[in-house]
Amino acid sequence: MAGLSVFEKIWLRHVVYEREDGETLLYVDRHLTHEVTSPLAFEGLREKGRKVRRPDLTFSVTDHNVPTGDRLKPIEDKLSLEQIKALEKNARDFGITLFDLYSPYQGIVHVIGPELGLTIPGITLVCGDSHTSTHGALGALAFGIGTSEGEHVLATQTIWLKKPKNMLIKLEGRLQNNVTAKDIVLWVIRNIGTGGGIGHVIEYGGKVVEEMGVEERMTLCNMAIEAGARTAIISPDEKVYHYIKNTPYAPQEDEWEQALEYWRTLPSDPDAVYHKTITFELDKLEPQVTWGTNPAMTIGVTEEIPDPRDYDDPAERQAVERALKYMGLEPGTKIRDVKVDVVFIGSCTNGRLTDLIDAARVLVNNKIAHGVRALVVPGSQLVKRRAERMGLHRIFIEAGFEWKNAGCSMCIAMNEDKLRPGERCASTSNRNFENRQGPGGRTHLVSPIMAAAAAVYGRFVDVRESDLMSREEVLEYAKRS
Amino acid sequence: MQRGVNVIEGKAAPFKYENVDTDQIIPSEFLKIMSKRGIGRYCFYRWRYREDGSLNPDFILNNPKYSDASILIAGKNFGIGSSRENAVWALKDMGIKCIIAPSFGDIFYMNSVKNLLLCIKLPEEHVEKLQDMAEKTELYLKIDIENSTINYPGGEMKFDLDQTVKERFLKGLDEIETTLTYYGEKIKEYEDKMPSFIIPKARRFLPD
Ligand code: SF4
Repeated sequence: MAGLSVFEKIWLRHVVYEREDGETLLYVDRHLTHEVTSPLAFEGLREKGRKVRRPDLTFSVTDHNVPTGDRLKPIEDKLSLEQIKALEKNARDFGITLFDLYSPYQGIVHVIGPELGLTIPGITLVCGDSHTSTHGALGALAFGIGTSEGEHVLATQTIWLKKPKNMLIKLEGRLQNNVTAKDIVLWVIRNIGTGGGIGHVIEYGGKVVEEMGVEERMTLCNMAIEAGARTAIISPDEKVYHYIKNTPYAPQEDEWEQALEYWRTLPSDPDAVYHKTITFELDKLEPQVTWGTNPAMTIGVTEEIPDPRDYDDPAERQAVERALKYMGLEPGTKIRDVKVDVVFIGSCTNGRLTDLIDAARVLVNNKIAHGVRALVVPGSQLVKRRAERMGLHRIFIEAGFEWKNAGCSMCIAMNEDKLRPGERCASTSNRNFENRQGPGGRTHLVSPIMAAAAAVYGRFVDVRESDLMSREEVLEYAKRS
Repeated sequence: MQRGVNVIEGKAAPFKYENVDTDQIIPSEFLKIMSKRGIGRYCFYRWRYREDGSLNPDFILNNPKYSDASILIAGKNFGIGSSRENAVWALKDMGIKCIIAPSFGDIFYMNSVKNLLLCIKLPEEHVEKLQDMAEKTELYLKIDIENSTINYPGGEMKFDLDQTVKERFLKGLDEIETTLTYYGEKIKEYEDKMPSFIIPKARRFLPD
């Protein structure tokens, strides 16, 4: 018998029932909910007089709508306030733990899951949010779902799914100076396309992934959804166990040992079979920048904005023309000559401590360029406090960044952090769709290092040429000052 | 309890955009509206209206020829991006009953099934053929879910539909009720065997 991949192992363990046609009822170990996609799921339960089957496996947090300014001030946006209140009421009525606006653990759902130990290897996890794939970095099988499916999970703690196919993406080689997980995932999406992962679970493997830290792996898994994948996953290892050890919800004492025993059975077998395997050699990978209106519209930092005339397929040519028009870019322009107005560091892709440290490496003893508006929105209040304890916030503030409270913020522009029409933003988030960061806003997705450098120079620069402090050095520096 | 559907009839519009993400179908500011009804007017908001709020004449569904269309014939990867089910609710509220495309975003597809918005995957050539017809004439389609056929003037196309999806449309079941009634015992059995370390217990706080 052939071996199994980590995804298959977890899948098999969670099958409650499999019908002949392959439709499978899968048990859900963790259900995370936020204020935007959950209200009508709870409303559905109420209408039918149903309860939440497992409030102990269900957790709620407010993140999408929340103000990132002073939390003691009243929330001005009435609709946001209503949605936030609705989640508070639902959590109360149905007996669910809520990390509300004032909780020290509040933050973006995909940041707090792993950092609180709610996300552990080998579990199934769902959330009414596409970037739930992030949790796969810890070896969990995590699916983004819709509101109706969410209601089904609330009521039954299960979900009906057909087993997706699996795809192995191997990342090999040695990364160049200051090239990071974000550049890799943009490169992957650029190559396999926005639909390249449809119907598949993407497993990342290879030397680069093994050497990578857990938070960077989250960046890889987070954006797999932008390649259309059902989710992403990485075989768990000691780094993952270390990451969750001693978090508030991780198994403790005896249970930790039992859990470890299970977790160590999870990594993909060497003879696991995949529907598709793609290998990327990353030695030559340069920092990536998106130029268009979906994450596959990406170029390297030394490249030029593409010309629609170079595309044979009429639909593609039209899409490129449309994207250039929206983005206000001329074909043939060097991306390094493109100026930015705003820099946003944050989101579930790059709002973790490692990301802030990386950005700080650039910002030490630097100031943001004249006319640039820059904000850093930590992915969670815990990330924020940890960064402050390390003194990182001073580096950002001295450089001219706004230092804010946790939330989705300018990733989705549902609170007051928005681009104004026509503004161009270097953003560490995951979507450069039209109007995503505010009506008429223009988004270029980049890594935290690239974003910080864009803030300093007012345009995109090739950060491979920069001689930055190491992460350790920057922490040492922050502590001293 | 939803009622089932078998036949969908209506006018088709060529919707030749690829990679239509759910942010375009319904922008995030309208996700704050906690209702499935009445949000059709925000569907494709930034494509449909100009900044001053007037209709954008360049948007295909604003063309009088297609303003009453209930079937969209779209480009590949329709509905990628955000999981927002509001995208499906908005399309339905706007009167769209069926979308035909070469491929769909996975979550969007699932959400559509749950709301009985029919998504039909067809090979690219067939999609293009239908788009051409819809551009040239007023194209009325009759879609038979049970037999999985699309009837157009002068011809018929077959499409594949998953058995489960088909049943869902035909019977319009309350899925939660079905799951609890038929599989409730099995879920209970599963839970009885779950190792305790799976269940999160907050025993230690403020470790930061
Ligand atoms: S940070 Fe952005 S992508 Fe992540 S959950 Fe929030 S809105 Fe979604």
